Amino acid sequence: MKPIVPLLAGLLAASALSASALAAPQVAIVHARLLTMGPAGEIADGAVILRDGKIVAVGKNLAVPAGAQVIDARGAIVTPGLFAPNTVLGVREVNSVKGTDDAKSSSSDLGAAFDPQYGLNPDTTLVPVARLGGVTRAIVVPAPGGDGEGGGGDDGDGALFDGQVMAIRLAGDLLVKPRLAVAMRFGENGAGGSRGAEIGLLRARLDEVRLYRQNRAAYDRGETRDLKLSRADLEALIPVIEGREPLLVTVHRAADIRQVLAFAREQRLKVILNGAEEGWRVAGEIAAAKVPVILNATADLPRTFEIVGASLQNAAKLRAAGVEIAIVSPDPAHRVRELRYEAGSAVAQGLPYAAALEAITIAPARIFGLADQLGSLQPGRAADLVIWDGDPLEPRSLPTAIYVDGVSQPLRSRALDLRDRYESGDGAPR
Amino acid sequence: MSHPSRLASAAAPRRRVPWLALSAALLLAACATTPPPKPQAEAAPRPAAPPPKGLVPARDPYPSTYKAPASGLTAIVNANIYTGTGQKILGGMVVFDAGKIVSVGPAAAPPAGAKVIDAKGRWVTPGLIDAHSHLGVFPAPAVTGQVDVNENIDPNTGYVWAEHSVWPQDAGFERARAGGVTSLLILPGSANLFGGRTVALKNVPAVTVQAMKFPGAPYGLKMACGENPKGRYGSRGRTPATRMGNVAGYRRGWIEAADYGKRWAAYDKKAAKGEGGEPPKRDLTLDTLSGALNGELLVQNHCYRADEMANLIDVSHEFGYHITAFHHAVEAYKIAPLLAREGICAAVWSGRWGFKMEAYDGIEENAALLTKAGVCVSLHSDDPNIIQRLNREAAVAQAAGRRAGIDIPDAVAIQWITLNSAKVMGVADRTGSLEPGKMADIVLWSADPLSIYALADLVFIDGAVEFDRQAPRRPSDFELGQNRGDLAQ
Repeated sequence: MKPIVPLLAGLLAASALSASALAAPQVAIVHARLLTMGPAGEIADGAVILRDGKIVAVGKNLAVPAGAQVIDARGAIVTPGLFAPNTVLGVREVNSVKGTDDAKSSSSDLGAAFDPQYGLNPDTTLVPVARLGGVTRAIVVPAPGGDGEGGGGDDGDGALFDGQVMAIRLAGDLLVKPRLAVAMRFGENGAGGSRGAEIGLLRARLDEVRLYRQNRAAYDRGETRDLKLSRADLEALIPVIEGREPLLVTVHRAADIRQVLAFAREQRLKVILNGAEEGWRVAGEIAAAKVPVILNATADLPRTFEIVGASLQNAAKLRAAGVEIAIVSPDPAHRVRELRYEAGSAVAQGLPYAAALEAITIAPARIFGLADQLGSLQPGRAADLVIWDGDPLEPRSLPTAIYVDGVSQPLRSRALDLRDRYESGDGAPR
Repeated sequence: MSHPSRLASAAAPRRRVPWLALSAALLLAACATTPPPKPQAEAAPRPAAPPPKGLVPARDPYPSTYKAPASGLTAIVNANIYTGTGQKILGGMVVFDAGKIVSVGPAAAPPAGAKVIDAKGRWVTPGLIDAHSHLGVFPAPAVTGQVDVNENIDPNTGYVWAEHSVWPQDAGFERARAGGVTSLLILPGSANLFGGRTVALKNVPAVTVQAMKFPGAPYGLKMACGENPKGRYGSRGRTPATRMGNVAGYRRGWIEAADYGKRWAAYDKKAAKGEGGEPPKRDLTLDTLSGALNGELLVQNHCYRADEMANLIDVSHEFGYHITAFHHAVEAYKIAPLLAREGICAAVWSGRWGFKMEAYDGIEENAALLTKAGVCVSLHSDDPNIIQRLNREAAVAQAAGRRAGIDIPDAVAIQWITLNSAKVMGVADRTGSLEPGKMADIVLWSADPLSIYALADLVFIDGAVEFDRQAPRRPSDFELGQNRGDLAQ
């Protein structure tokens, strides 16, 4: 299965200019092996028609509309654009350069209300690099402490909540939809100094939100008791207590997952679990609660006491129990291009192939309520797709064409510019 | 190995110190059941009493106690083989006996009496080698009390030895073994200009580090360029605060080491003539640095930027030592011809970049571009997760090469994680490839290891099965008895 189409890449790169100029022309990709991730399933020799940034038709024996640009995939696999479910793309350039990090709030007045959308940098060099891994959409999660450094130092009440989660596209001005969820951490890196304190604080603060919601006028007149949360945070948490916006809870230990599930029941909250290295130990309970899990498929080391049960089989076992899972990249920034390998490594450990591909396409879309627009090849969805020269989960396969909102993206990045400057290998850069 | 002269002749080139051989012999003899030979039994008359123990460097004061379990004649048949020497053999056979490779070649009748393992078309490689790991010194769990990787209190801590931080119960060793890793180089961290001494390990379950030490492997000296040392000390109001401060720090260290080496050479010369005299005052830092100057220790240099690597090469010329490898070396592709000319290996990642400024120009094609230019390239991990999937790293780097129009044959990509890593560690004459006489460090994979779906089914170390995917996992002592089961049961 290596129908490499060397001409295709150049052809499409050339067409990218006109594509952006004409704002997404009509394109027909024909003779493709479509992994639709939608109800149509896999279509062996199918076509996809793109118009005005949307998919307008998917199937076999489709008539190619007059005037459409025709791309013959020659049997190559076509998937929806990949969807990375936990990143800081667009809000962090270099981890150690603080001025480039817009992924966190250090103000205790701004926790749940912290909205990283205002820090999005469409010129980040990370987006084209990630896109070359076939990633066209990502969820941005506020990340105090940076990569793998644990929680932030701010133990104020604001630190209970890390801020707002948003969806981005890996093209153009990035922003798709802000305020999809409110992020927080429970456990060793949670707020309050202990798990018990954190649950107590959460309960107290959500009570404040309810009080505020019922008594806004009194609050404005200064007639309510003193509330610890800022007004902005109170407002931001109203959709959460109403169950309209989920809490994205980073949590690791099996017992802590149970606490989060119980707290969500008690408070009637919608939750998404993030991390959940020991999720497999309580898979049945997570499934029964109909709570989805965003996980790292290769986290298997007992680095702390809360992940002593971390296992490479976590993804497969959760999925077998009926839990909706999404798989993250090895890091949330520079290694997002490696997302598909993580799904492949999960397959090696027993996750069915289709479930692995779902976990990096339609599953993140469903988890964040975007499946009517993203994550599958279906009429009406955004025209995000990737043509591959082999199995997309294999590192040795590469994308030959990448579309975002119907626009062919250049297969370029700053890293490739550096490569081309030095590729002569004679020590004389171009 | 009880006779001093035999010990000395078995040793790698080093200044000959009579007291050194003597003290090593005593050390060995202390463990033996026969009474120790009396010093008087030595041939040469000694006009002066020997200095007290420890004042003259012993050649191997912390010896390996590793002994491979007994293993018999074994033949793996119907195997697709990456030999590690750059060859690919389809449907071949590997034979090993008593811990050593006997033969590698196309299909043939297995030798009489051999235990036969039918690979049924599965794949065989040499045991994978990671030339840059902090397993044991930055272990799992990495909680308070457990992290022993950086003696970050002085820019020159040449006096520390990584082996004295290695915790054999790090759960990462077993995970790496499951990923096919049979040998690895453990380095001190990169906070300091001179970070200390490295240690080469065989990746076997053990209670002591001595029982993991790779017998006869050379030691190395960890050095670090760039942001880590200057950031660590500059922020404390000490030198180095800049890259020029870094270079000045290396040069000052080498000047002291050269002077120290000269004083010991003079002493050794006198001692050899039986004149004895007072030995120079011993210095642990300068023992290690002078060992690097005379080539006894391999210089393992953490360095990201091309311009800094070039500066370090100049420093090596000024003081007459050789850099074995630049580690991380994310900009090595910018100076490929220089590295090739100098015979310096590059131990690199396939995909890590951008986490700090000196990693900002990292590209996936680094390994392929360097290989094309004739540089010895090793893919390393520096990470307890990447080490579990070095074969995936090789596939990623190979694909990046293809995208750049550089054809890296599969069998050459495998060398990035086997033979070339062994070269970086200084053990390529013993492991890293499947050649007769070498250690029987072998991985039987479920599929082509350049596929994402391949898993190590069997891992042999010196001919003994040290990992078997069908067998129950062997948790570390830390994990043993922890509740890792299904809470719902």
